[in-house]
Amino acid sequence: MAEARNTYRDGPDEAGHFGLFGGRYVAETLMPLILEVERAYDAACADPSYAKELASFNAAYAGRPSPLYFAERLTEHYGGAKIYFKRDELNHTGSHKINNCLGQILLAKRMGKTRIIAETGAGQHGVATATVCARFGLDCVVYMGAKDIERQKPNVFRMKLLGADVRAVDKGSATLKEAMNEALRDWVANVDDTYYLIGTAAGPHPYPTMVRDFQSVIGEELRGQMDVAEGRLPDTLVACIGGGSNAIGLFHPFLDDSDVRLIGVEAAGKGIESGEHAASISGGNPGVLHGNRTFLLQEDGGQIKDAHSISAGLDYPGIGPEHSWLHMQGRVDYVSATDQEALDAFQLCSRLEGIIPALEPSHALSYVGKIAPELPADHLIVMNLCGRGDKDVFTVADALGTEMGGAL
Amino acid sequence: MSASVTESRLTRRFEKLKEQDRAALVTFITANDPNPEFFRELLEGMPTAGADIIELGMPFSDPMADGPSIQLSSQRALKAGVSIDDVLGAVKDMREWEMDTPVILMGYYNPIYRYGPAEFAQAAATAGVDGVIIVDLPPEEAEELNQHLREHNLHMIFLAAPTTDKTRLPRVLDHASGFVYYVAVKGVTGTKSADMTEVGARIAEMRQQTDLPLGVGFGIRTAAQAAEVARFADAAVVGSAIVDIIADGVDEDCRPEAGLSTRVLDFVKDLSNGVRTARSVDGAEA
Repeated sequence: MAEARNTYRDGPDEAGHFGLFGGRYVAETLMPLILEVERAYDAACADPSYAKELASFNAAYAGRPSPLYFAERLTEHYGGAKIYFKRDELNHTGSHKINNCLGQILLAKRMGKTRIIAETGAGQHGVATATVCARFGLDCVVYMGAKDIERQKPNVFRMKLLGADVRAVDKGSATLKEAMNEALRDWVANVDDTYYLIGTAAGPHPYPTMVRDFQSVIGEELRGQMDVAEGRLPDTLVACIGGGSNAIGLFHPFLDDSDVRLIGVEAAGKGIESGEHAASISGGNPGVLHGNRTFLLQEDGGQIKDAHSISAGLDYPGIGPEHSWLHMQGRVDYVSATDQEALDAFQLCSRLEGIIPALEPSHALSYVGKIAPELPADHLIVMNLCGRGDKDVFTVADALGTEMGGAL
Repeated sequence: MSASVTESRLTRRFEKLKEQDRAALVTFITANDPNPEFFRELLEGMPTAGADIIELGMPFSDPMADGPSIQLSSQRALKAGVSIDDVLGAVKDMREWEMDTPVILMGYYNPIYRYGPAEFAQAAATAGVDGVIIVDLPPEEAEELNQHLREHNLHMIFLAAPTTDKTRLPRVLDHASGFVYYVAVKGVTGTKSADMTEVGARIAEMRQQTDLPLGVGFGIRTAAQAAEVARFADAAVVGSAIVDIIADGVDEDCRPEAGLSTRVLDFVKDLSNGVRTARSVDGAEA
């Protein structure tokens, strides 16, 4: 399938479609707003001072570039391919989310917006949004599922410290999907002064493209870093996927390097066959939700199903539209890892590398552990370590049947 | 692009009301809220109570453009169980005895996309549906469904919003069919009251650009408000206020209390009186 195209990097079309996927499926009240965001983003991209300002904040505020790290002990442990981490967990706020938030907050400022709203699952995007709002002096409202507030308490408190108004959403599964519904409702009701800072590469056009562009700094840095480290391109890139922003940021600069294998790892929850998972591509069908057409977990009648994952950041029944397209094109392989597999990888990484990863990239790591032993020693794998695990310690303690003060 | 539906139950209804110099009352209820029996009982009473056009909500798990009232109503219906075929079945049964009152369906695109746009258009036309409003299908994305609706002589009714500016409005009007639904507030359904002066000005503006009937919804909660709208618009749509009566009248297990349908229909009668007398001298003073 992949042979026919000259490039995989020319999407989307003018209306925001990646083949069948993407688009702008929003209520009329929002249409003029997203068209305004698109115009503003195009204008910003054409203005060199915008890129310069973003690069300056990426360097001095977020701490970019993030290092490329050779995970020597995990490499030894698996006894096969050479494993590298792209360490986006070292960014300010502890994940890749800041890359996107800086890009969008600078855009919101240019647009003259004074109030920022966001949805968050694990709280990483909420924290990053609250952070940039504090830095730029803008009001910040973060919608978060009540269940996620319960399991991501450290991030909730961080957002409050940063001055954000964290609003609990107790509808439905009380997770990321409902938080996004509520953020969209807020936006419809506050169109004049509000900018919706979407956290993943999903939603109506131009968000999937915009978020991808901001996150592509990950893959772009990696090209240069790997050239220095090994004098060539990597062989395999692995990233976890909820909405898929860290993955598209890692993959996009490599889409046209046909020798580089790209693997996205979805959350299989209690197992795909259990029905309790968050793997939209492995266990879903194309549908329309939250402004775009993409793979969704849904019932036959088109009602959206609740997702399940131990990782609040992956607990979403959809995926960014460009991933759906790349899946149909066969350019990226989409696989999955269960809650238990992620937990095992979480502990292994902590013990062997002295790095406590977030539960989200722990999914990616568990898949690295599956393929690395079978690959030769000169095969270069890079996994995007897109977030740190401090926020997850309560969840992990609970899953391991212990508590903060307990024995391990 | 523009509508090829020329003669229909919906256009006939608007023409007839124009002759009578009055606006249409459009009443919204959610299919199978809180259960199929109650819903069918209400549906049966609507035309007599004064609903000129019946709008039926096709419940969706994630109604992003709706406020709490219609969200809860969708949840009650989904809990009771409701599919597109159930909604169409109720319309089909209604058409056995009611041939003149137009029925329009309101919903979100995903259930229709899963059903199949072509299959949906055919089934809806066969059942006796007259038009559809799909909240998350702006003109830019609508052709996938609209081509099939046109083929079956069904109207695709588009929304115009306070944010729809001068450059964008022609695009909406170009695609519109049946009537144009003006969203009276910046917000989701059932949460704000419309500013009638502002809405009146927008309707007057739109009259310059289209011959289609102009309806107004979102933020119309009382007979007085419906009457106010009916003075300058061709239709007043009331949804959340009706649905709220149902919400208040069901117990924890979503069973409707005795007399609930009468209470709902009495409210529809009130609304209808408001709309019917709006343009008469008495009505203007009411």
